Amino acid sequence: MVQDKPITKVQELVYEMKVKQVMAENLITVRPETPMSQLREIFRQKRISGMPVVEGDYLVGIVSLEDFIKWLYDREEESLIESKMTRQVECLYDDEPLVHAISKFERTGYGRFTVIDRRSGKLVGVITKGDIIAGLLEKLEIEYHEEEIHRYRASHIFEDIVADRTRLVFEYDVLGQDFEGAGECSSRLKRTLGRLGLDPATVRRVAIASYEAEMNLVVFTKGGRIVARVEPGCITMEVKDSGPGIADVKKALQPGYSTAPQWVRDLGFGAGMGLNNIQKCADEMQITSTLGKGTHLKISILTGDDSGAKGNSRAARSHRSHGQEES
Amino acid sequence: MKLQDIRDILGAEVITGGNLLSREVSMGCGADLMSDVLAYGKSGSVLLTGLTNQQVVRTAEMAEIVAICFVRGKRPDEKTVSMASSQGLPLMGTTLPMFESCGRLYKNGLRGVSEYGE
Repeated sequence: MVQDKPITKVQELVYEMKVKQVMAENLITVRPETPMSQLREIFRQKRISGMPVVEGDYLVGIVSLEDFIKWLYDREEESLIESKMTRQVECLYDDEPLVHAISKFERTGYGRFTVIDRRSGKLVGVITKGDIIAGLLEKLEIEYHEEEIHRYRASHIFEDIVADRTRLVFEYDVLGQDFEGAGECSSRLKRTLGRLGLDPATVRRVAIASYEAEMNLVVFTKGGRIVARVEPGCITMEVKDSGPGIADVKKALQPGYSTAPQWVRDLGFGAGMGLNNIQKCADEMQITSTLGKGTHLKISILTGDDSGAKGNSRAARSHRSHGQEES
Repeated sequence: MKLQDIRDILGAEVITGGNLLSREVSMGCGADLMSDVLAYGKSGSVLLTGLTNQQVVRTAEMAEIVAICFVRGKRPDEKTVSMASSQGLPLMGTTLPMFESCGRLYKNGLRGVSEYGE
C-alpha cells in the first residue's frame, strides 16, 4: 500500500498524546449569576479572552470577550452572565487524542474548547491551540533530551570506567531463515555503536560487515550469534553458527562464488559478494568452517587514533586477511 | 542536488518522507544487488533500485543512503514503507526504468560514487 502523506514524529505524537496531557487545568471560571460588568476586570487581570461558566463541577456555558463586547455595544443594563453566555458548548473529552482536538479547531474555527471528563461529565480543563503546540514541543524536547542522555552516558563510558583495560561486549542472537527480521541485529548494533560516540565511518564499516554476516546466518544456517567487542582502538566481531558449514572456504571467498538459492538472489543478496564485502570492511579477517559443525568468522576493525587505517589502508587490509580451513 | 530536485527530474511520487525533501544528496547509486550497494555505495547517496523488499531499507540504513527511489513503477509494501518512515528515510517511486532514471540524474549534474572524493 502506498502512503500519500509522510508520517512525522509530530504526527505520531498527535495520535499518541491525549487532550488531558496538554490542557490547562488551573481553570479560571465564573458562575452563571456573576454580573457581566465584572468580566472586564477578570479578562483584563487574567489576560484571557473567554472562560467556562460553571455550576459546581459542571459546565453550563462559556462566556467570551466577544459576548462581553456585544453586551457593551448593545448598552444593556447590568445583566447576569447566565443570560449572555453561550449555552451550546462544543467540548472535548479528556481522553481523546490530540488529533481530534486539532481537527475540531480546524473545523469550527474556535479558539478554545472546554474539556470534560468522560465518565463523570465534570469540567476538568480548557485547551487552546497554544496548549497543543506547547505540549508537543515539551514532549519532543523530553524525547530529544532522553536520546541526548543516552548518547552522553554511552560516549563517556570509556572515560568514566576506571580500569587498566575496558572492553564492552554486545551479543546478538540471529534467527535462521527469518528473512523478515534479517538485519535487525545489525541495526541494533549500529545504533549502539553510534551512541558510544565512535567515529561514524568506523561504525558504518562494522555495520556493513555485520549485516552481510547476519544475512549469511539467516540464509544458510538455523541461526547463530554475533558478538561485538569494543575496546579502545579496536572493534572485533565474531559470528558463530552451528552448521551446516562451508564446504570450500577458499572458493567461498572468491568474488561472485555463491551457493545461494534463487529466492535469496531475488531479494538482492546471494551474489557471492558477502564475504568479500566483509573483508573490505575489516582490517583483519579470519574464517574457519567445518562441514556439519559450523562456521566461525572473526574480524577486527581498528578505530580512532590507533588505527591509522582510514581510506588508504585497503590494500594492507586485504593483505592481512586470510582464509583458513580446518579440515 | 536536493531530494526535491530528484523528485522533479524523475517525475517521482513521494511515498514517505515528504517533509525531508530539502535533504542534500551528494551522489547517486543504481543497483539491484544489495551487496553492491553495501560495497560501493557511499554515505550521502541516493539509491535507485528495482527491489522493493525490507532488506533494501536495511541496506540503506547500514550504507547510510539518504533516500531510495524505486524505478520501473515498483512500489514497496506497507511494512517496508513503515520501516523507512520510522528511520526517517524518504522513499519515492518513478515509472522510468533504471537506465533512464540514472541518465537523467547524471545529465542534471548528480555525480556517481566513483567520482566523489571521500
